[in-house]
Amino acid sequence: MTPFEYSSPASLNEALGLLGSSWSDAVVLAGGTDLISLMKDGVFSTKRVVNVKDIKDLGGIHKTGHGLRIGSTVTFDELASSPLVRGEYPSLHEAALGIASPQIRNMGTVGGDLCQRPRCWYYRGGYGLFAMKDGKSLVPNGENKYHAIFGGGPAYFVSASSLGPALVALGATIKLASSSGSRTVEAAKFFVTPSDENGREIDLKPNELVTEILVPSASGVKNATYEIRQREAIDWPLATASVALHMKGSSVAKASIVLGHVAPTPWEASQAAAGLAGKTISEDTASQAAEAAVSGAQPLSQNGYKVQLAKVAVKRALLAAAGKAHTAHHA
Amino acid sequence: MPDTTTPNYHWPPMADRRVIGKSHSRLDGIQKASGAAKYNSDIKPAGMLFGAILTCPHAHARVTSIDTSEAEKIPGVTAVRVIMGPGKEVQWGGAEVASVSATSEEAANDAVKAIKVEYEELPFLVREDDISKAGNRAKAAGEQVTGDPDKAFQEAAYTHEGDYGIPVITHCCLESHGNVVAWEGDKLSLWPSTQNVSGIGGDLGRAINVSAANIHVHQDHIGGGFGSKFPADLWGVEAAELSKQSGGKPVKIFLDRKTELLIAGNRPSAFGHIKVAADKDGKITAWESKTWSTGGLAGGGLSADLFPYVYRKVPNRRINHTAISTNTGSARAWRAPNHEQVSYLTCSAIEDLAAKMKMDPLEVFLKNADLTMREEAYTSQLKKAAELADWKKNWHQRGDSGSGAVKRGLGIGVGTWGGAGHASQCQATIHPDGSVEVELGSQDLGTGTRTIIAMVAAETLGLPVSAINVKIGDSTYPPSGASGGSTTVGGVSSSTRKATVNALDKLFAAVAPSLGTTPDKLEAVDRRIVVKGDTSKSLTWEAACRKLGTNKISESGENNPRTAPREGLNTGGVAGVQIADVSVDTETGLVKMNRLIAVHDCGLIINPKTAESQIFGACIMSVCSALFEERVADQQIGRVLNPDMEFYKLAGIMDIGEIIVHLDISPENDKRGVIGLGEPPAIPGDAAIGNAVANAIGVRVPQLPLTADRVLAALASKGGNA
Repeated sequence: MTPFEYSSPASLNEALGLLGSSWSDAVVLAGGTDLISLMKDGVFSTKRVVNVKDIKDLGGIHKTGHGLRIGSTVTFDELASSPLVRGEYPSLHEAALGIASPQIRNMGTVGGDLCQRPRCWYYRGGYGLFAMKDGKSLVPNGENKYHAIFGGGPAYFVSASSLGPALVALGATIKLASSSGSRTVEAAKFFVTPSDENGREIDLKPNELVTEILVPSASGVKNATYEIRQREAIDWPLATASVALHMKGSSVAKASIVLGHVAPTPWEASQAAAGLAGKTISEDTASQAAEAAVSGAQPLSQNGYKVQLAKVAVKRALLAAAGKAHTAHHA
Repeated sequence: MPDTTTPNYHWPPMADRRVIGKSHSRLDGIQKASGAAKYNSDIKPAGMLFGAILTCPHAHARVTSIDTSEAEKIPGVTAVRVIMGPGKEVQWGGAEVASVSATSEEAANDAVKAIKVEYEELPFLVREDDISKAGNRAKAAGEQVTGDPDKAFQEAAYTHEGDYGIPVITHCCLESHGNVVAWEGDKLSLWPSTQNVSGIGGDLGRAINVSAANIHVHQDHIGGGFGSKFPADLWGVEAAELSKQSGGKPVKIFLDRKTELLIAGNRPSAFGHIKVAADKDGKITAWESKTWSTGGLAGGGLSADLFPYVYRKVPNRRINHTAISTNTGSARAWRAPNHEQVSYLTCSAIEDLAAKMKMDPLEVFLKNADLTMREEAYTSQLKKAAELADWKKNWHQRGDSGSGAVKRGLGIGVGTWGGAGHASQCQATIHPDGSVEVELGSQDLGTGTRTIIAMVAAETLGLPVSAINVKIGDSTYPPSGASGGSTTVGGVSSSTRKATVNALDKLFAAVAPSLGTTPDKLEAVDRRIVVKGDTSKSLTWEAACRKLGTNKISESGENNPRTAPREGLNTGGVAGVQIADVSVDTETGLVKMNRLIAVHDCGLIINPKTAESQIFGACIMSVCSALFEERVADQQIGRVLNPDMEFYKLAGIMDIGEIIVHLDISPENDKRGVIGLGEPPAIPGDAAIGNAVANAIGVRVPQLPLTADRVLAALASKGGNA
């Protein structure tokens, strides 16, 4: 590991003052479950690591007038065990519970989940975000069973965020702070597909850090997340779907369907969601929405199966949200 | 007279045993569970230096230059060694190129990174699943023909042809390969992670030109070996040389997880086209296999003469095998080398043949039991496993599994193994204060060896297990074989039995006069030396030992594999049958283990508890390999992409399902003596799970592991995708 300076500020202002104009100057450390392995494997290096776990303002889950405020250093375990989350936001609760192992859930944070880097094995093996060799991506003719089926090229990795799809579906916003002020970004716009190799998968500048996540009230919004992963034990998802259904009586007024681990960002299936308006959720309408959600998929040589998995995840998430089946995140 | 007649070493009759045959918790269980047990990867002798190895990132390359000057300048670095100098050809990714030692792990890792190596990249092959792309890397072995397969296939009532595959997987030892090595004068201490305490010193000595007598090996515990930890290896040599260059200070080299998965051994792949035929009654008449595999650069990989597996007496056979040389780390023995692969390919083809004949595969496996070498054993085990699985109730014709998305299925796998005891010597000492020591240069791989040695000694001496001080894991103890091939339990139990019988005979001779009898009239029961048939005449164990005065008794016992068969303490040759019960979600392609039922014959069981544990562990490994494990390599770049525990997947506890063990303990099996049980239960699981999935979803998933992509592709191929 390249030597670096470590600082552990107690206040947000102090932390912001320690950040730099590029990530090679300074980077934020929270749970460390991703950053430390990136640094140990030599995929990433920086001059300064700024630990934010001691900043009290960045913790805690509170109800606000408009919904829920989740501090960026809230751990997955805190999120999953919060009655506020479990009661009103089952999609977020399920998404947090599906993450890795108890050890990781005790360390990893909400902010870290949003800011973590892709798990693409070419990226982790040192071939860069676009997995390039000799000016050509290794992914299309390579080992791509875990890669993107939507939005692929030149980025074929999938967003590793487990909470992202649920936050997008719930219409959450993400608050970012820098020494020059703060700004708020819709979760749906926070995730971006980088256009160049050195870009980031999120709308975050090197001098900013995620301070909190604001989730609008979901009272009367039926929501669920369904995750499909190979191992029941600790594993990355192969595909997930998070749905939020704004109801009018027994029928859907407005729906949101967001797929996870199928694209370089959480992937909104807007047309499929629009098609649910005015309908009640049944096997049939859920299947139709699921079919529509994957209609534009462009699978690679080895990941056609993920189209099927994404479809099943959408259907089961819709049925779970409607209280009809599949409340578990894993079959 | 006791001094001239051969002592009676036979195991006591089943009914008379007090210790053997009764479950005993392992002696080091609490230590291991609490973390008190020290593995050699845990130790830190005073002044210990950290070693690190620079590995080659390329699959095949020639070193054109290597510059260690920057590494040598890093503070704390004590030695830098070039393993592959300019002109040397590196044949697989992860191969060792240079090594360093330093006063901290960080400095050692920094130094490795500071070594500059220029390579000339050379052509490589890292994948063998498609034999048509192997070119001149493929070497066919000669065809073996028995009977008249062409005629038999022509005359057959049913013929099935299919393709099957099982990829390269690795050992994934929890404790990686490595060692700590230190010099003191011309003597060397080696703390390895080894399956071969008695032999590894000699292996290292040969490589560095040091007499084995000057190498002291010590190992209390090992965190998994599975066949991959016999030799001293290059990291042993490098640690010894780095230590020497650093004034003899201890040097620790344990491989990081990535290197462990790349170069510390793997199980060869097996792919093939199988053709199998039967007459109208389902009797198998002909077999043809065209298989290929890789065991790394040397090709090899598979003993194709094991086809057709277990059903050896199929009268007409044609066997072809091609070994493919790849630029990947070399294969090592993997818990029953060859057997999982040939079991998977054979049992899959038989199950598919049964489906084609619309016959119950249980009936087909039973009907053909006369084609095995142990008809009675397979017949009774198949029936027992079927009974435990409630086969009649739960089995259905292939694909006939109801209308829901989740389909349940059952499948059978079979196996066979040797497992006779290896050469082993034991020294048993009875001290005048009554304490007992039993010494063997053996090792406890986590199988419970320490415990069964104590149990055998306790049984013989009429003492509780806690009274026996077992000393293993040190090369100064009498030599005992490497733990491979399921040979340990037979070896150490026999040598311990003989040594303790010999020592007890000496004690009888010493105390007989004071009991007014002759030694042959004495027995050791419940901490007493008793005159047979007259319990009023006895001495406590301690009182008896005091009669030794100041002289301890120290007697040896030996298991010699050449003479062991006629002595009857241990033997080899077992059968095993497993039935898997799975549920498959046909919408997601996810396979869930319900149950894995394991029926094994095993001779005389010393400790049923650790014997069952062996089978549990083996079944878990089968679930891992059947459902999750594969080494993924990219032919574009010559790299293995998943040398980690993230995408090289092993089952977690939620994935394993219920494991039901039936040990075939019976007077007939008991008479055979002790037989090893490490390997046999690792064999049938892959086949059983694959067959259960085929039964559940109505179509064969030809290649392991049975991941969502493969299961869904198989379902799509039959048009049954939900």
